[in-house]
Amino acid sequence: MKQFAELFMNLDRTNKTNAKVELMKNYFLTASDEDKLWALTLFTGRRPSFKVNRTQVKEWAAEEAGIPMWLFQESYHSVGDLGETISLLLPRSPIQGSDKSLTEWFHYLNMLPGMTDIEKHDHIIQAWMQLSQHETFVFNKLLMGSFRIGVSQTLVVRALAEATETDSNIIAHRVMGQWDPLQTTFETLILDKGEDDNASRPYPFFLAYPVEGDVSGLGNPEDWFAEWKWDGIRSQIIFRNGELFIWTRGEELSTEKFPELHFLSSVLPEGTVLDGEIVSYTDNRPMPFSVLQTRIGRKNLSKKALQEAPVAFIAYDILEVDRKDIRSLTQQERRAQLEQLHHSLPVQPFFLLSPLIQFKEWNELHDLHPLSRQHAAEGFMIKRKNSTYQVGRKKGDWWKWKINPLSVDAVLIYAQKGSGRRAELFTDYTFAVWGDDGKLIPFAKAYSGLTDVEIGQVDYFIKRNVLEKFGPVRTVKPELVFEIGFEGINESSRHKSGIAVRFPRILRWRKDKKAEEADTLENLKGILETYR
Amino acid sequence: MPAQPLLQFTGKSIYCSVADVHIDPWIPVDLAIITHAHSDHARGGSRHYLAHKDSEPILRLRLGADISLQTVEYGEKFVINGVTFSLHPAGHIIGSAQIRVEHKGEVWVASGDYKLENDLVCTPFEPVKCNVFITESTFGLPIYKWRPQQEIMSEIDNWWRQNKREDKASVLMGYSLGKMQRILKNIELQDKVLYAHGAIYRLNERLREAGFDLPELTLVTKDTDKKLFRGSLILAPPSVDGSTWIRKFAPYSLGYCSGWMALRGAKNRRAVDQGFVLSDHVDWPDLNTAVRESGAEKVYVTHGYTSIFSRWLNENGIEAGEVHTMYGNEDENEEEETVQDQTAAAPQSEDEDLISGTNNLNARIGETEA
Repeated sequence: MKQFAELFMNLDRTNKTNAKVELMKNYFLTASDEDKLWALTLFTGRRPSFKVNRTQVKEWAAEEAGIPMWLFQESYHSVGDLGETISLLLPRSPIQGSDKSLTEWFHYLNMLPGMTDIEKHDHIIQAWMQLSQHETFVFNKLLMGSFRIGVSQTLVVRALAEATETDSNIIAHRVMGQWDPLQTTFETLILDKGEDDNASRPYPFFLAYPVEGDVSGLGNPEDWFAEWKWDGIRSQIIFRNGELFIWTRGEELSTEKFPELHFLSSVLPEGTVLDGEIVSYTDNRPMPFSVLQTRIGRKNLSKKALQEAPVAFIAYDILEVDRKDIRSLTQQERRAQLEQLHHSLPVQPFFLLSPLIQFKEWNELHDLHPLSRQHAAEGFMIKRKNSTYQVGRKKGDWWKWKINPLSVDAVLIYAQKGSGRRAELFTDYTFAVWGDDGKLIPFAKAYSGLTDVEIGQVDYFIKRNVLEKFGPVRTVKPELVFEIGFEGINESSRHKSGIAVRFPRILRWRKDKKAEEADTLENLKGILETYR
Repeated sequence: MPAQPLLQFTGKSIYCSVADVHIDPWIPVDLAIITHAHSDHARGGSRHYLAHKDSEPILRLRLGADISLQTVEYGEKFVINGVTFSLHPAGHIIGSAQIRVEHKGEVWVASGDYKLENDLVCTPFEPVKCNVFITESTFGLPIYKWRPQQEIMSEIDNWWRQNKREDKASVLMGYSLGKMQRILKNIELQDKVLYAHGAIYRLNERLREAGFDLPELTLVTKDTDKKLFRGSLILAPPSVDGSTWIRKFAPYSLGYCSGWMALRGAKNRRAVDQGFVLSDHVDWPDLNTAVRESGAEKVYVTHGYTSIFSRWLNENGIEAGEVHTMYGNEDENEEEETVQDQTAAAPQSEDEDLISGTNNLNARIGETEA
């Protein structure tokens, strides 16, 4: 545990990519195979659940620290991370760390699900007493935390590839999909060169970079395909061993969420993997993302939700044919295979081919680009005809050319402290526009888009201009104006403004504008009318 | 009991109306008693100042060489209009004091900023019995529990050694006044030459001139040979972070000494390579000890986690109230300080005024006893 806690703290401390890779690589070179597997489980977001009740854990920690619950909550607000809060509040243990390994701690935690509350209480407190502050923090993260440490999967893969001297594309593929640290070993998962028996395992997605400058800078138009950039959920559909798997970009197995697509298991040939977009689809046309949003995130899909927001899969790439990985073929060759497959099947209303946009000159694309929203698209994807299907975000062969976001000028009215890196700073803002009655009506929350210096300045303003407190939320004197950009807009009965915007973010701080000059709800409704 | 409280929070200072004396005022007043020389407590423009004698070199450096300033020893009593004042060690920085105010048998203590651990630089904190205790609450949450100073100093030693092995410079940031003297007194000086930013260098020179036992520092200038920084320790105020000044030390590791470094969030936001949890303010356990040892039946909580700490005290049988002050912005003032330091000009005052002012001060502080 010492070694892993140290790795964790060191990773947390640096924001230099190379240093992070180096730290993980060293860990993968020195830790036991068992521990490596558990570390990988955590780094790839596969923390198993130990069925503990967070409220109970908070109460036990407050009791151990000898403080009332309200003081625990205040501490938590300041720290912004539950595991860290507890580690700071517990009486300092005289012990300098635990000799148990990471794996042993996992087995220790694995005993929790079968226990009564009293047993759980004793089990957890006994662990706390054996651990140093940093270890307690890491232990708490294993126990209940989301394990986010600013290490992307790409970096983990790079470190593991360097440590095992294996091609990073192979490693990237191996760590994907469904696997359980209790059922497999580091040896089988990473090192085994044998047959891949994991039928559900997806391929790492190839991601595009935004076009730099004008699209004509990409050179000869003849070398490129152009397609609409669909406004849905990037997905991979796998049909192997007679079973269908639907993976979404967040590396989530979401097969159950899209029953409309289950028919694919009866039409796709064995050993097929498709890449494409799941979009909301009504009356034979794709709908904006906001329609899809009404059903994703729901635990139980009601009939009504299915009827109101049916989906379709728009395929734009094929990665596996007849059980063979064809990612090394060119875009053009894969496109031909995809078209061949699609044409060989009877017409399916929910399985579509992303059409290629015919163009000879870049100018033609320029003319079409502003019409993206009418096609329920966010712009274009530009793909090099002779490129292979690569791993992760790579520059050069796939480009996205997005339309400008919609935007309004809005007033900052509520603020809340951030968490993690932004704990203690007011970084979560709510913005409002003017209603007919001259009152400010909140319409969007946004976190990102300011520089650290600006965050500091806004924080300084907020701390001196608080009007009211509601728990962690502060009402702020309405004075600062920001340009808020968003990707989509829709009617909403849940919001006071009657409007919901998608992906709101701060484009810039309008220091040149007074609060009175901010936009009105009327302006927002105008945008809604234009783009519906 | 007087009709008005002995000390009042007027929104301009902590004010004693019977004596017409202001403690740490944030606007210019006639007579200001200063707890310590940090810029959020010692502001310019007042006609007369009174402070502990060790604060003098710093106050003159920061507020002007010719301010009208009278100094006293710890424990030395002086009476103004029947109110007895005395200064007692606060253990925060050089010259820092708690102000004891006594009138008609009632005792109030305004403690300014303080810590209980002996930092080996300033006179250690002494508890002062009182009826009413005014305390800071900068780190007034139970998540703040400092480790012993020597542990942190070893961490700094080890960090410097490690950087030396990697042939990197060690740039260590912390408040110029307080933190830097504490570090210089407590770390192992591995080199003869210690480099410093102007703000720290000038302060250190002034303190050395005034007789404080501090090592000599070398000012970093445009002409300093960059090769000399390899393996060296460079002391800098927090404001240099992200500035062009710091680039000349590359390759370097950046360390930051502050109580705020106890939290990962704060540490990561600072984007420093090493955070050292070192503070000149009391942590949670010591805050509670100080309140207990003062024996006060009423506590006023100023700058920091005021509402939280006062609620905690009230729930634990000590009557407490929160007070809003302008203290507790050391950080911001430190940023300004680097600029101010360079232009540190005395506040404009005419000679005549100054002389009559001094007389006036002596007249008002009647009898003085040891």
